Amino acid sequence: MAAGNYLPTAELTASGRPVLYPGEIESSLLSSVDLLSEENPNFPHLKSGLLILTNHRLLWLPNSTPASSPTPVHIPLSAVSHIFSLKKSIKSVFSTPRIRFQVSVTSEGRVDEKGLRSIVITLVLRGKSDPEAFLGKFWEALKVRAWEEIKVGASGAEAGSSSGPRSGEGSLALRVPVVGVAGILRKEQEMWESTDKSLQDAFQDLNALMSKAKEMVMLAEKMRLKLLAGSNNQATGAAEDELGTKEEMQDWLLSVGIASPVTKESAGALYHQQLSRQLADFVRIPLERAGGTINLIDVYCLFNRARGTELISPDDLLQACSLWEKFDVPVMLRKFDSGVMVIQNKAHSDDEVFARIRSLVTKPDALQSGVSASDAAMTLGVAPAMAKEYLLTAEGKGLLCRDISPDGFRFYINLFQDINSDDVYL
Amino acid sequence: MQKLGEFKLPHFFNYPPYFTLQPVRDTREKQVQLWKELIIEYCRAQKVFIIGLEEDFPLFSNRAIERSLSHEARVAFLSALVSDGRAEWTDKGHKKCLILWHRIQEWADLIVHFVKENGLEDNVMTVEEIRSGTESRGTELYGIDRSVLMRALKLLEHKGKLVIFKGTSTDDEGVKFSL
Repeated sequence: MAAGNYLPTAELTASGRPVLYPGEIESSLLSSVDLLSEENPNFPHLKSGLLILTNHRLLWLPNSTPASSPTPVHIPLSAVSHIFSLKKSIKSVFSTPRIRFQVSVTSEGRVDEKGLRSIVITLVLRGKSDPEAFLGKFWEALKVRAWEEIKVGASGAEAGSSSGPRSGEGSLALRVPVVGVAGILRKEQEMWESTDKSLQDAFQDLNALMSKAKEMVMLAEKMRLKLLAGSNNQATGAAEDELGTKEEMQDWLLSVGIASPVTKESAGALYHQQLSRQLADFVRIPLERAGGTINLIDVYCLFNRARGTELISPDDLLQACSLWEKFDVPVMLRKFDSGVMVIQNKAHSDDEVFARIRSLVTKPDALQSGVSASDAAMTLGVAPAMAKEYLLTAEGKGLLCRDISPDGFRFYINLFQDINSDDVYL
Repeated sequence: MQKLGEFKLPHFFNYPPYFTLQPVRDTREKQVQLWKELIIEYCRAQKVFIIGLEEDFPLFSNRAIERSLSHEARVAFLSALVSDGRAEWTDKGHKKCLILWHRIQEWADLIVHFVKENGLEDNVMTVEEIRSGTESRGTELYGIDRSVLMRALKLLEHKGKLVIFKGTSTDDEGVKFSL
């Protein structure tokens, strides 16, 4: 087969699996894929093979292994200069999906990243496939340029290209034709690459992190098991610092999202206790600013924003608040009849609020036209929603009564109790 | 003093919350009580027997304070009167309510009193004469709702105080008293 003249061979293992380079990871496998070049009839037309996308190369492996089958080949991603987006037309809905990309070739037509010319290669996806998904992975692999990382790290294994992309780009600019469609596409590619460098860096960081993740999980598991073992054979007279370490360990485990190994019966995991105290401290200032009462949802947002990364769940917040009963903190969680939950200053008692409401509704204009939630909000110095809750509670206690009209929802001082049927006429 | 026609309105009629159905139990009870009394007094004074819920009943609105009772509120107060036996729904859909500012028994007593007062013990009168005749002018019976009158008369007939009979002409029934 003449394939060898155009495409580099891919090495296989004894069982037909491709031999991967160090750091090479497979990302996509597609079956029944044809590989050809529509513009060059001399280019090998490889039919119905297995296409493997890795972070370094595109591999094409023949379907079966009779002696006459073509040799497995690969295209290094470093030779890919551009990937065309999927043509979306009525025709494309019913025809076999095709993926086209441009590769650099030498003057003889051999695929090579240092090639000066280029051709377009087409992949015909005859098997069951998700072309969009494959394209996405293809793009990403190209963006990440994982092969460069290895090349740079390799001990001068490759001459010329290990000097880094910079010089390569420089010499590339002089030698590459800037006319024609190929030139435009290449320019586009270069522009895109240069503006996306930071994204690539970020992706590399992420990849590095992901590769460490497995180690992290294993480490965490080891610690957890050690902790469990430790708590099981702990004598009653355990040393103080041992206990301390154990609690620290629990804290750390909880903060990385691993459930406390201590049994659920133990009174509130330490995490919640600490959170509870931290919350009580934190909420002091917002509470003052809000006039003594804040909606729990607002506290949730404020607290998480302040914490930055170690966000707490709504459930954590609720638990932390309910633990306040056990400590001596100047704040309390209060649930209104309507279900609304607020955090309130203990000093900011209901009676005090009602006294203020009473004085508000007995003012001359309030006697005439009542008060709305917003009026009360201004006087009480709390949010209108909070004010409404207080007004409703006062109504429930018989202090106020409501007036609903096209003018809105207003409250008056409750005079019903004072109306004497015998004395109704002035 | 605010008036509705000749009727003197109580001062709390200008209290806007009076026109909003109160949710709190104790407040509601007081409100219902006040409305019940007001309705009865007004109907007695204006001789209103039927209140139509979908009509504009002047007592249910106060233009001065731009408030009026919602349908729900009207039903609530009238239903309270019905429970007290001082009113009756005339239809299943609760669209019209008969107000018994005198209970039927009270009307019956008034008829007996009227008959005695006018020396009509052995007389015969038409039903119409009872409600619009010269003798009834100035009495509470004047202008009484006909169905209410019939019920009161039937009650008395049941007690043997009178006999209702079909008149000679097709239009009116007659009553022979035998008190």
